[in-house]
Amino acid sequence: MRRLFKLSLQKPELVSAVLLIVLALVFQMSSNAAFLSLDNMRGILGLLPETALVAVGVTLLMICGEFDLSVGSVFALMPMTMAVLIVGGWPFWLAVLTGLALCAFIGFLNGWLTIRFDIPSFITTLGMMFMARSMTVVVSGGFPPRIKPGEVPSWMFVGFVDDGNLIRASVLWFAGIAILIALLLARTNFGNWIRATGGFMPAAAAMGIPTGKVKIACFMICSVLAGFAGMIQSLRLNSFLPSIGEGMELQAVAAAVIGGTSLAGGIGSILGGLIGATLIRVIDNGMVMSQVDASWFKFAIGALTIFAVVGNAWLRRRGRAMKVETDK
Amino acid sequence: MSTPIIETRDLHKWYSGVHALKGVSLKVETGEALGLVGDNGAGKSTLINILSGLHRQDSGEVLVEGQLTDIRNPKDAMRLGLETIYQYNSMVPLMSISRNVFIGREPLKWSIGGIGVLDERKMRDDSVKAIADVDLHLRSPDALVGELSGGQRQGVAIARAMHFRSKVMILDEPTNHLSVKETAKVIGFVKGLKAQGVTSIFISHNMHHVFACCDRIVAMALGQIVLDKPAAETSIEEVSEKL
Repeated sequence: MRRLFKLSLQKPELVSAVLLIVLALVFQMSSNAAFLSLDNMRGILGLLPETALVAVGVTLLMICGEFDLSVGSVFALMPMTMAVLIVGGWPFWLAVLTGLALCAFIGFLNGWLTIRFDIPSFITTLGMMFMARSMTVVVSGGFPPRIKPGEVPSWMFVGFVDDGNLIRASVLWFAGIAILIALLLARTNFGNWIRATGGFMPAAAAMGIPTGKVKIACFMICSVLAGFAGMIQSLRLNSFLPSIGEGMELQAVAAAVIGGTSLAGGIGSILGGLIGATLIRVIDNGMVMSQVDASWFKFAIGALTIFAVVGNAWLRRRGRAMKVETDK
Repeated sequence: MSTPIIETRDLHKWYSGVHALKGVSLKVETGEALGLVGDNGAGKSTLINILSGLHRQDSGEVLVEGQLTDIRNPKDAMRLGLETIYQYNSMVPLMSISRNVFIGREPLKWSIGGIGVLDERKMRDDSVKAIADVDLHLRSPDALVGELSGGQRQGVAIARAMHFRSKVMILDEPTNHLSVKETAKVIGFVKGLKAQGVTSIFISHNMHHVFACCDRIVAMALGQIVLDKPAAETSIEEVSEKL
């Protein structure tokens, strides 16, 4: 029993999960029960898969010990590339695959440059953030491409799947991908390598793990997820703008960190990233619903980020200090 | 005389202009416990890094069981049965004992292209058994390695090497940063290896530790071997003088 308690104290997503429940209840009360209403849930569930996909990718990469600031730009570049190709006469699916391949290539470049020249990924991806954003504008040619509704099968990604018009296909896409990535991290040898690489690289390398390749793979997964998320958002809004996803990179890091992921690598969970992203959306939406001045949104996210990290570190220490026999 | 399990011939290594190994030729016989001593910068670690696949020699040959081999990375070394245990580098503190035991060599239920699903039950059961085999008793394989003492960590690392049936165990300063009691434990582990027929190379700059568990002493200074004698025929004083 004590052992179980100790283990749960060391769960990185614990603080944020508790906070999420508390906040949902608070907003429910302060908004006169409008917060958990179907209409409002529809709004939250529309936007959530998009930001959460990015957060999941960034979480995975951070567990591996690296960082990606270019996700916001890739979020815009992928749908823009896809839209321009479709307008140019390409079939929808080929345009999607080409867009995702471009994201994978950007992720590969991020990783390869970081490893090959042994520079901080903060720098590599900061550069890539500017470059990818600029490419988005260049590709668009200054005029956002127009795609008529119905011309592409957007329903496959953003159409409602239930009669109550509550859940979009994007929620299912997200759930499927998130479960896949969570299983990859928790149940496969590759997940073991990711944690070992982020946890203590010299040991991982000495045990023969190809740490460079593991990191590059994580960079690629992160970029592809960001691009895919951007595509979903663009299809939902049915507009392809070069400016979407700005500021998203830091929100994704905040989501990961709020969900218990360590900036130093090795600690974190996909569920945590999801909870973190949900918390950010809930705060954004709940403040509006409770008629709090929305200018306080970023303040709240900032405070929450710091609080979550401090809280997590404290709980982890408490958990570790709890005496449970390991030696007979 | 039987074929030495490891033989190096005239190994040379330069590190950015420094001649770190100047023609090292060494034979390690099967089953012996070899103590490798020397001051910092004597070339011990360079020699070990070559044998464990972290670095490659600039010239010279390495033979394992009489076969000329090319150790390009740690995986190669492990495949040849050479396992290295570093002073604190061989475990990820944030991961559980069972995960650490199988890092890089995870048993899989099924896999596609080398990536697959872990057989976690086997990992747990086997690591408990492996740890018990080296006379270390830990209650749970799910405990984090970071919660273990330094001596226990070395015990787990040795258990890991034993589990994978390593032929040669290279222990790089395993007693650094350990208390007297823990050091005694690690020296006990090394003695246990000999009893099980595993060859070991014990690197340390603490002569007492080396003399406590090795039957042959090799001393290095300035990238060369300066002394190579059975432990019974030399003394701490003689070795110290050579360094």
